[in-house]
Amino acid sequence: MTRLLDVQRVSVGYHGKDVVHSASFGLRKGTIGCLLGPSGCGKTTLLRAIAGFEPVSGGRIVLGDEEVSRPGWTLPPERRQVGMVFQDFALFPHLTVADNIGFGIRRWKGEAYAARVAELLEMVGLPQYGKAYPHALSGGQQQRIALARALAPRPRLMLLDEPFSSMDVELREGLAREVRGILKQENITAMLVTHDQMEAFAIADHIGVMRAGHIMQWDNAYNLYHKPSNRFVADFIGQGVILPGTVLNAREVETEMGLIPGKVPPGCTRGMGVDVLVRPDDIQHDDASPMIGEVVEKAFRGAQFLYTLRLSGGSKVLCLTPSHHDHPTGSRIGIRLDFDHLIVFPRDVCTVEPSAELPSGGAN
Amino acid sequence: MTTVSFPDQTDPACHRTWRFGDVWSWGVVATALTLALPVLVIAGFVFVPATEVWLHLKETVLKDYIFTSLGLMIGVGVGVLAMGIPAAWMVSLCEFPGRRLFEWALLLPLAIPAYIIAYTYTGMLDFAGPVQTGLRELFDWSYGDYWFPEVRSLGGAVVMLTLVLYPYVYLLARAAFLEQSVCVLEVSRTLGAGPWAGFYRVAIPLARPAIITGLSLALMETLADYGTAQYFGLTTFTTGIFRTWFGLGDPAAAAQLSAILMGFVFLLILLERGSRRRARFHHTSSRYSRLPRYRLSGWRRAGALVACAIPVVFGFLLPALQLGWWAAITLDDWWHTDFLRLVWNSLGLAATAALIAVLLAVFMAYGKRMRSSFMVTAAVRLAGMGYAIPGTVIAVGVMLPFAWIDNGIDGWMREHFGVSTGLILSGTLVALVFSYCVRFLAVSLNTVEAALTKIKPSMDDAARCLGMPPRSVLARVHLPIMRGSVLTAGLLVFVDVLKELPATLILRPFNFNTLAVRAFELAGDERLAQSASAALAIVLAGILPVILLSRTISRSRPGHDTPA
Amino acid sequence: MLRKALFTTALSLSTLLAVSVQAAEVNVYSARQEGLIKPLLDDFTSQTGIKVNLVTGKANALLQRLRSEGRNSPADILITVDAGNLYAAKSAGVLQPITSPALDAAVPAAYRDPDGQWYALSMRARPIMYHKGKVDPSELSTYEALADPKWKGRICIRSSDNVYNQSMVASMIATLGEARTEAWAKGFVANFARPPQGGDRDQIKAAAAGQCDIAIANTYYLGGMLNSQEAKDREAAGEVGVFWPNQADRGVHVNVSGAGVTAASRNKTEAIKLLEFLVGDDAQKWYAEVNQEYPVKSGVAWSETLSAFGPYKADGVNMGQLGVHNAAAVRLMDRVGWK
Repeated sequence: MTRLLDVQRVSVGYHGKDVVHSASFGLRKGTIGCLLGPSGCGKTTLLRAIAGFEPVSGGRIVLGDEEVSRPGWTLPPERRQVGMVFQDFALFPHLTVADNIGFGIRRWKGEAYAARVAELLEMVGLPQYGKAYPHALSGGQQQRIALARALAPRPRLMLLDEPFSSMDVELREGLAREVRGILKQENITAMLVTHDQMEAFAIADHIGVMRAGHIMQWDNAYNLYHKPSNRFVADFIGQGVILPGTVLNAREVETEMGLIPGKVPPGCTRGMGVDVLVRPDDIQHDDASPMIGEVVEKAFRGAQFLYTLRLSGGSKVLCLTPSHHDHPTGSRIGIRLDFDHLIVFPRDVCTVEPSAELPSGGAN
Repeated sequence: MTTVSFPDQTDPACHRTWRFGDVWSWGVVATALTLALPVLVIAGFVFVPATEVWLHLKETVLKDYIFTSLGLMIGVGVGVLAMGIPAAWMVSLCEFPGRRLFEWALLLPLAIPAYIIAYTYTGMLDFAGPVQTGLRELFDWSYGDYWFPEVRSLGGAVVMLTLVLYPYVYLLARAAFLEQSVCVLEVSRTLGAGPWAGFYRVAIPLARPAIITGLSLALMETLADYGTAQYFGLTTFTTGIFRTWFGLGDPAAAAQLSAILMGFVFLLILLERGSRRRARFHHTSSRYSRLPRYRLSGWRRAGALVACAIPVVFGFLLPALQLGWWAAITLDDWWHTDFLRLVWNSLGLAATAALIAVLLAVFMAYGKRMRSSFMVTAAVRLAGMGYAIPGTVIAVGVMLPFAWIDNGIDGWMREHFGVSTGLILSGTLVALVFSYCVRFLAVSLNTVEAALTKIKPSMDDAARCLGMPPRSVLARVHLPIMRGSVLTAGLLVFVDVLKELPATLILRPFNFNTLAVRAFELAGDERLAQSASAALAIVLAGILPVILLSRTISRSRPGHDTPA
Repeated sequence: MLRKALFTTALSLSTLLAVSVQAAEVNVYSARQEGLIKPLLDDFTSQTGIKVNLVTGKANALLQRLRSEGRNSPADILITVDAGNLYAAKSAGVLQPITSPALDAAVPAAYRDPDGQWYALSMRARPIMYHKGKVDPSELSTYEALADPKWKGRICIRSSDNVYNQSMVASMIATLGEARTEAWAKGFVANFARPPQGGDRDQIKAAAAGQCDIAIANTYYLGGMLNSQEAKDREAAGEVGVFWPNQADRGVHVNVSGAGVTAASRNKTEAIKLLEFLVGDDAQKWYAEVNQEYPVKSGVAWSETLSAFGPYKADGVNMGQLGVHNAAAVRLMDRVGWK
């Protein structure tokens, strides 16, 4: 199937200064994409360019078969058939919930209109709230109404700008899954922007990690976690520490924790200094192991403890243990390495500009 | 560029949208420049080389003008804040007997023109007035035996202007207090802040932008005041402009004085804008519930009553009673005249001007929201300058270009077709309504702009995404949301036009009189009692819109009247 | 919503515009306020059938309006309440000379423009008024004598913004010269009982109440108070006597209300007719009866109130001189600190 949305080397700027640099990605019909990154990385700007609120200064955006943005020309948002859910929901305070939902389909015939509004109220689980006003609803309810309003005209593409950021943390994942369910049920192609990776993992099929206007990696959640293509993504996604090491050969790296086996990326030759990503699940608690770490910090996670351990050489690593393994801080516990695969970044080139050989968007 | 990722934090000024030609930009700039024309005409005189009259002014009276005007501004500024803010706080957030009455009664002085209140109080309080005469008779004093505050003094003018201008601060402060999220106030209470601390440490800082807007309106009115200053013999900038123009016969020097006055105004505008910019960081939680009011008791209740009663009694009740008394003793003088015609003229004119001023304000404010460029912003600012410029100066600024255009058309028609078209616009109500718009645009523009700022850009975006072009967004989203503010803007202009005198006097057509003209002609001829009926009619005609205004504000609180 | 608003606007505008000018008439710009001119104009209409359209306003504003409207001005007549503005109108070229034997016969030469551009309609004198209990009229002589230190703290007069004061000082400049007038004004201002404030009536009231002993005010204000509906006004006015200064030399300062035909006038015949009507016997009597002004035409009976003030000798300086020296008078007052 061809791509519904194609973003090709798009740059976007305010006041002549680009805040998004040559971003590229695509979405097939029915899939859900996500732009993930810290505040100010340009993800919302890119989303607004897709919606048609911002003109692009470079590249092009194609929606369906239609080019909707290129430098010097922008199809206005009201003609893109793109739905959008805003961070603050932007429900119209002077209209009832039903009128809000019907806002985008105000030209529909009476019966079709009423049926669609009722259908959407039902879909978002608020059938009895049609006559209420937005300010009488809770945040989560407002959020669902905002989604229903955006869905009403059956947009080609749905954009969601930090849709859960004003929600309570414990509600976010649940809501995100609920939204995903609705989008999938309607077979809607959607694009989400967030700074919360759990949210991104819960809702999206494909995630683009952004930093300072660049898309660092465009991939699915598993690959972002387990196969980060650069150190920023490795750092940003999931937990873990970076240990310095030295390449021994194509299959082994020497670190403070001993030899770590795994495939060393091409170009890293023997004796080269590298950084090794160590995830908490790469380290197992094993009282029998000769390798010892001193408990510096511990955090109770219900089923598990997350320990921060200091190694004999001074480096710190994270370790997850079942929560019946309760060790006081200061105690020394045995650990063992359990690497599924090795993630290594050449240290010397880390600070170099994005190199062409890395996939999707570039890395540093 | 760290701000771009949160759309509701981005300055709407750099909120860019799709450019579809620049109809809005050009429309707004053209409208604004047309409205700024009178101000520009006056400012144009500045380029006429300074005459020796200017030197004369500098040597003799200029310092006096500056100090008197500054003194008046400082006095009125302190006065309106001291009167407006506590009253607004108490009726918005406290509970005491009579609160609901005070809610609207505190706005009533808005209906009284400053020069009328000056005349009435002078009639009551000056040396020959009933109060002092009574005292002298009672204690058998004569002149020099006792001290009595002089009404016709700088201090007196400060009091008079404060009494009629504090409602601007009250109005805007109250609206701001009502909009404050209840969470913030409750937080302050959980932190042990009582009513006073809640007022001083939380509500005031949050309401500051609104208060400063009210203050700047009051101060602009103060600068533009001619009637009171002239009657009290004060040498302010405005009286100085008149004296220089008409007494010394030097329009250029008078315009140069006006330019200094505009400098004052410009500072006020900067102050007001500065405070509004900060306002964006004052967005508080959007969750509201019914405001829990502080219940006052004991001396606090008495204090609240007094603080609210003083402005109403002295700003409205006493003057209105005096006017009523005068009107009663001169009853047979006026009732048989064309009084109803005057009322109709005044109301019709005020309603027309209010409607047009609001439409212009909405157009320009929305244009500025969508197309914020230096040109647009500067043009809109310029168009709002008319508020602080004395009505007579505005009127001359309107008269000159209108007559010039009329005569130009007439000349051209005579030359080419041998027909004289005469004066098309000059001396018509069009010119008059135009001058009202020039003079009072700031009132409607400030109100509408403030309301528009509160509508988050995401509202626009949401509507656009749902297939609506900008024009319809204005009509279907913005206008309904800011309905209350639009009505407020209209009512303020309405009341202002009702009171307006100098421009009406100069620009009105033949055989067309208003209540203000009638009141002034008689009062100006020192026949206060005869002028009272017209003055009273202005006040009465102003009361209804003022009460409406108060209701609008009460309703403005989100969640106030939740339809079930 | 927008459309409805626009419609309402158009509607209300058109209703208002219905009040516009019709043909065959005289158009008057009057600085005399409506109540003090309209009844006369109504009489004129009922006698001649000529409709009169009226705009009232301050003289300087009306003059500005005439100037900017230029040759297309609809006004036929400009009426002012002081001589200075008549002179200013003439200098601005907005008036035209007319010849009318009736006007020449009725209005003495000092009270009309030598070229016939304007004519006085009524006169008001600005004498010295004194508190009867505190001042013996024998102490009074001239305006000049009021600069004597013996009057220190005893004189009330309104602000120098007022055109009557400007004209008074201008008349003194015309006869005494600027230097002597300035020396006088210095002494005069030093004798003020309080900073200038209020109107002429307020000066009279202050004198009556004892705040000062001398008030300078126009006669018709005192006349108005004597005939007021309020007992307090009548009482106060009763405390005050009128003294005619400078009777041995140039005479008491007088000012006029007057009128001229505009240069742009399209109804010149009717305009002259109206002016002639305004100096006719009936109209002349009316000024005195209604507003206690002196008739400009000799032989017209004075009102009872005016008769009680007694006869006086008026300053014979041509009224045009008041306009000539007006700016100089304002500056002079600025210099001596007359607020």
